[in-house]
Order: sequence, then C-alpha cells, then structure tokens
Amino acid sequence: MSERKIRVLVAKPGLDGHDRGAKVVARALRDAGMEVIYTGLRQTPEMVAEAALQEDVDVIGLSILSGAHMVIVPRVLELLKANGQEHVNVFVGGIIPDEDVPRLMESGVVGVYGPGTLTEDIIRDIRQAVIGTPAP
Amino acid sequence: MSLASSVLAGERLALARLLSQIENDHPSGRAALGELFSHTGQAHLVGVTGAPGTGKSSLVNRLAHHYRHPPPGVSQRKIAIVAVDPSSPFTGGAILGDRVRMRDLSGDPGIFIRSMAARGSLGGLAPTTASMVQVFDAAGFEIIIIETVGAGQAEVDIARLAHTTLVVEAPGLGDEIQAIKAGILEIADILVVNKADRPGVENTERALRSMLELAHPTRRVFKHHGLNETIPMPERESNDDSLWVPPIVRTVATQGDGLPELVEAIADHQDHLEITGERQDRDRTRLQAELELLIQGNLVSRWRQGISDSQYQEILESLIARQISPHQAVDALLDGGQKA
Repeated sequence: MSERKIRVLVAKPGLDGHDRGAKVVARALRDAGMEVIYTGLRQTPEMVAEAALQEDVDVIGLSILSGAHMVIVPRVLELLKANGQEHVNVFVGGIIPDEDVPRLMESGVVGVYGPGTLTEDIIRDIRQAVIGTPAP
Repeated sequence: MSLASSVLAGERLALARLLSQIENDHPSGRAALGELFSHTGQAHLVGVTGAPGTGKSSLVNRLAHHYRHPPPGVSQRKIAIVAVDPSSPFTGGAILGDRVRMRDLSGDPGIFIRSMAARGSLGGLAPTTASMVQVFDAAGFEIIIIETVGAGQAEVDIARLAHTTLVVEAPGLGDEIQAIKAGILEIADILVVNKADRPGVENTERALRSMLELAHPTRRVFKHHGLNETIPMPERESNDDSLWVPPIVRTVATQGDGLPELVEAIADHQDHLEITGERQDRDRTRLQAELELLIQGNLVSRWRQGISDSQYQEILESLIARQISPHQAVDALLDGGQKA
C-alpha cells in the first residue's frame, strides 16, 4: 500500500513518427507497477519539460530515432534545470550511435538503451535510480 | 517559505510538488491543505465523464482552449485539468494517456494539466482527486475540469464533486433502454453528443431526448448513501421553473464544432446554481460526503493499528474454512481479535 509509486513521463521528442518502442517500454513500466504518462508523437523539448513539471515525474524516458538526440537531449536537460527539476532522472532510448553515449551520460543522462534492450533492465535501472534498490 | 504559500504565490513547481504530496497522502500535504483550505470555494468545477472512446479528452482540450481564447469582450480564465485514468488491478501500474489529446494546450502558463491514476478507486475518480481539486482552487484556477476514467454505467462520483457534470455520448453506443437506466445519464447537467459528424447522431439524440421527457424533474442535489442518512422521496415539482432540464449539445471536438454552445450551456448552469442556491447545497453535500469518507478511512486505519497480523490471519482462516460467517468475522475482529 505505502510503496512509493514511481511516475514516469515517456515522451517522443522530434520528428520521427515511429512510437512502437516507446509504447512497448510504457507498457512494460506499467506492468512493473509504475504510473506512466504518455504524451504522444512530435513533442518539442519545451513540451516535454512542461509536462514533466506539471506531472512532477521522477523519471523521463525520451525515445529518439531521428538522430537529433545531441540537440534535443541537452535542451531538455537545460529546461529541466531552469525549472528547478534537475533531480529528474532522464533516460534515452532509440537509435543512438555508440560514440554519442558517453557524451550523453556526461551531460547528465542516467541510461541509454538501444535496440534489443531487455525491458527488465530498464525497469531495474529506473528503480535503482529512483528508490536506490533494484527490486520491489 | 512554506509549500502552501509558494502555491498561493503562483509557483508552478511548488504546486506540482504539493499535488504529489496530496496524491501520496503525505502528512506534509495534509498540513499544506489545512493552510490552503480557507482559499477554496471560488472555482467552478466542471466534470467530464462518459464511456471510453467518446472523445472526453479531445473535448476537454477544446473546452480549455476555448476558455483561454475567448471571443472579444469575454475575459480569459485560468484553467486546471485533472485527468484520471485507470490503474491496473494486478500491478497497480497505469498508462496515463489523456495528455496525448491535449497538446494544443502546451506552452500556455494559464493552463495546468495533471494526470492521475485511479489507484484502486472504483467510482471513476482517484481517492485524492477531491483534495487535488481543492489545491487548484486555492491556487487561483477559475475553472477546474475533471475528466473521469472512461466510465460505464455507475461511476457517478464525479456528480458529487463537480458543480456542472457533462456526460459525453457518441453515436452508436447504446439504445433507448440504456438511456432510461439509472446511473451515469441521470447525473448529467449537460448531455454532450460528441462525434456529431458520425452517422446515427439523430438516433442518439432522440434516445437522450426521450429519456429526458420521461424524467421527473428532481432537485439535483446528489444523495449521499451514507450510513447515517435517510434518503427522502425525490421532490416532484414538474412545473417548477427552478428545476434544471439538462440541455443536449452536439459537438465535434476535433473540429471545435459546438464548443461555443457548450460553453454557453455551462455558463447557464453556473447561473442556475447561483440563482437557485443549489451551489451551496451541492457544496454542503460534497463536504459532508468527504468528511464521512475520511472518517471511515481513519477509523479503519486506527482499528488496523489495534489488532495484530496474527489475530487478523487467524480469523481470516476461520472465515475461509467456513467456520464463521463474514459477519461473525467482523464481530470478532472489532472485538479486538477474540475468536468468535
């Protein structure tokens, strides 16, 4: 009963119109007992940050397949900071070239996931980041 | 500065934080609500309910947009939206997807949207929806739109909470027998036939209209089925002008058709509540219902603290083994765990 509910915003910023992966992750997080706010396609970084603020989420999962991650992700992080929400854990999923991963992690992203990632790994990492324990 | 005073000062992050504390029933949330409560009672609460897929979220989107971009001469209103979606009964998780239809509203500082999971509540709202609405009310939002989970026939809690309840229907969802059943249609202050560009809209509207013609106008103060309350016979005063007859409004939310008429119907109903004094009556019944609900919750948790898990388990096992009846189990549990 008193177990803390983890609130996650799953967002698709940018212009690619393929949200199958985002929906699979959203569904997996739901089945792991999390409350997932899903906002749909073609979000701007401003829209993502605004939704994160209003919903007071613990985690943001950004799904990006378009190659625009090095522009979009830093912008989202910047807006979160401006809103006083630098504590929010940002995860990135999609098609991210290996050489960009360290740069994203350095800029404050908690995890980056490519094709073939097991949803259990994402769930474990989110729990670890938010509650500090990997298992329920 | 306390969280409550930051909320009163219009800080959005403080508001978002406080809403979480309220939702998680955190003691500091309760304390803040205590500070804020005297500032409540100003907002007009508009409930939006109806079956899944009738277009509630799209309608809320348009409605809020209309209040933010009013025709010349009409003042702009600050809008809060509380959108409730179901929680999984198995995992407690939820997908809250109402914001998908509300993207037109982003970037507007006069709008605040908050999604909620129902968290086991069955009446179409979450256990803390009423408290969250009070926070928005105190924070100066003038119109608070509450969207329920996609409701079937009996999820009528919204009528207890809202001043004006919209029940959203769409063509092709039910016949005239559905329309005369008690429950969700009965609680409508305004009936909205959305997706009115679809075939069958005349049949839907006719069924609703014949339902209204059969109805005996009753004073529309929500009767609380509380333990200590006797429910009087409905007053039947069919010639009384002070009784509200729900209008039927056709809309196509995705196009914005019918929205001016809907906004006008809401304003008419608001006037009606003021003129007839029904607003005070509704506030009274709502707060009484909330009080009784809180008393129940508190008594249960106090009782739970006074009984050990082993006592509870022992009596539960006797019940499951059919040695005692559910009522005998209650007697035993309330008696401090003495086995009956």
